[in-house]
Amino acid sequence: MKISRAEVEHIADLARLKLSEIEIDQLQDELSQILEYVEQLNELNTTDVLPTSHVVVKGDVLCEDKTRPSFPREDILANAPRAQEGFFRVYAIFDKGGQ
Amino acid sequence: MTLYRLTLHEAHELLRRREVSSLELTESVLEKIEDSDQQIKAYVTLTPEVALEHARQADEKISAGDIAPLTGIPMAVKDNICTKGVLTTCGSRILENFVPPYDATVVERLRHEGAVLVGKANMDEFAMGSSTEHSAFFPTHNPWDMSRVPGGSSGGAAAAVLANETIFALGSDTGGSVRQPAGLCGVVGLKPTYGRVSRYGLIAFASSLDQIGPLTKDVTDCALVMNAIGFHDPLDSTSADEPRPDYASYLREDLGGMVVGVPSEYFAAGLDPGVEETVRGAIEKLAELGAQVREISMPHERYVVATYFLTSWAEASANLARYDGLKYGLFATDAHSIHEAQSKARGRGFGREVKRRIMLGTYALSSGYYDAYYLKAQKVRTLIKGDFDRAFAEGVDVVVGPTSPIVAFGIGEMIDDPLEMYLADLYTIPANLAGLPCISIPCGFSDELPVGLQIMGRPFAEGSLLRVAYAFEQNTDFHLQRPAISL
Repeated sequence: MKISRAEVEHIADLARLKLSEIEIDQLQDELSQILEYVEQLNELNTTDVLPTSHVVVKGDVLCEDKTRPSFPREDILANAPRAQEGFFRVYAIFDKGGQ
Repeated sequence: MTLYRLTLHEAHELLRRREVSSLELTESVLEKIEDSDQQIKAYVTLTPEVALEHARQADEKISAGDIAPLTGIPMAVKDNICTKGVLTTCGSRILENFVPPYDATVVERLRHEGAVLVGKANMDEFAMGSSTEHSAFFPTHNPWDMSRVPGGSSGGAAAAVLANETIFALGSDTGGSVRQPAGLCGVVGLKPTYGRVSRYGLIAFASSLDQIGPLTKDVTDCALVMNAIGFHDPLDSTSADEPRPDYASYLREDLGGMVVGVPSEYFAAGLDPGVEETVRGAIEKLAELGAQVREISMPHERYVVATYFLTSWAEASANLARYDGLKYGLFATDAHSIHEAQSKARGRGFGREVKRRIMLGTYALSSGYYDAYYLKAQKVRTLIKGDFDRAFAEGVDVVVGPTSPIVAFGIGEMIDDPLEMYLADLYTIPANLAGLPCISIPCGFSDELPVGLQIMGRPFAEGSLLRVAYAFEQNTDFHLQRPAISL
């Protein structure tokens, strides 16, 4: 199955990956080749097979509803590329018209 | 005796008898690194000051009569396991400057026991690769032959253990990333049962597969590290609340009563003849030691690689969505919107292999494809696990075979053929898909390069693996053979 260049661009956008033209070309070939390889799973009839959800650990784990200390704010912000007044500084999510 | 050449248990004996201090042992390891790591390049970050401080603290503990098996022992930690205050890059440009504000639970526990951090080991970016060539910084070299890869993704950890640039190391294993480099370097590597070792602080790759595991110079050392890291951690919801046995109590020299299953599918096309001969010889040795060897069948073995692709890449694409360049990591200064900033940071920060897998994973999870890909893979995964359940139900205690179909290959040899490199993981993947414990031990040489024997067991039966591994090791000398650069 050959996937189209437009599909590669769409997936890259979903994955938030800015790719170069060369990367898009390469990925178009590589993704097509690998998707063709995984087609072999369709040889198996799995109509009555339950999917694996947990291999070993069973059931849900709940944590006690108790407060515990969180990380100091300055420790977390120490890795921030841009921080200001105790916050992460990020790009605006809405444009001005929407605010 | 040169201190850096000691195994963990030998070093512990000398520390306990106060014949050697942790400071002397640590200095010896640091000097060895100074000597040979320019060529091998096992470490991304070295922490000599931290190590000397940890060693002094360990010596104080020992003086106070407080000594555990790992007290004062130098360790290397794979660079995807968080270390508080010490750079943790995950082999990636996107985390090039990331300094974790906390220790992974395993590191915290090892530190509490007094282990000494000497550095962070090189790896394929985000643990995606089988050669350590996908490190964003530099490839690591195999000490047996510097023109060859050490395997991966824990290639730095395996090379450091082999080269005596540490006493032991921690790696992580999603599809073979502890065992394959252990096999290609000729050291011991264990992937514990899914849930046996806490993953809190392990940078996630594929959450239904990842486990942290030890790389060591021999099987006794492996048991001692497992004693220290096999515990229940409430901070990891997949951590199993299972009692931990004393793994050292399984180290016995005979295999009477053990049933060893050998899947015929593990000896099919693609297996290097020299590797096959070596592994067949090792299996004969197990029979000599009293094991009952039985041929078994794993009919779904041929589907493991495809199942692994879809499972691991889909999970990776979701896990790696967190790298948005805003809270930490690489940041794009030349963007005008949040979407553009994220896309640019991720496009620049991730390497080719990581992008390829994110793309495939995103495709497999995208609207309309989930059932055909991820769900289908989880169903086939049930069938693969069923092959093991059947073997164990029929009385097989452990399943053995080659760790890798090939010996260490040349740096650059497979880099342009990703599919070929992925296919070389066909023997290590099943243990991850089925959640089983699995160990790789050195079992001989082919073309003067090490060959690994892989031993898998029932969930939480790490003890059975260690017993088989120990009996084999005590009756062979492959674990004692080292290349010149290690001495």
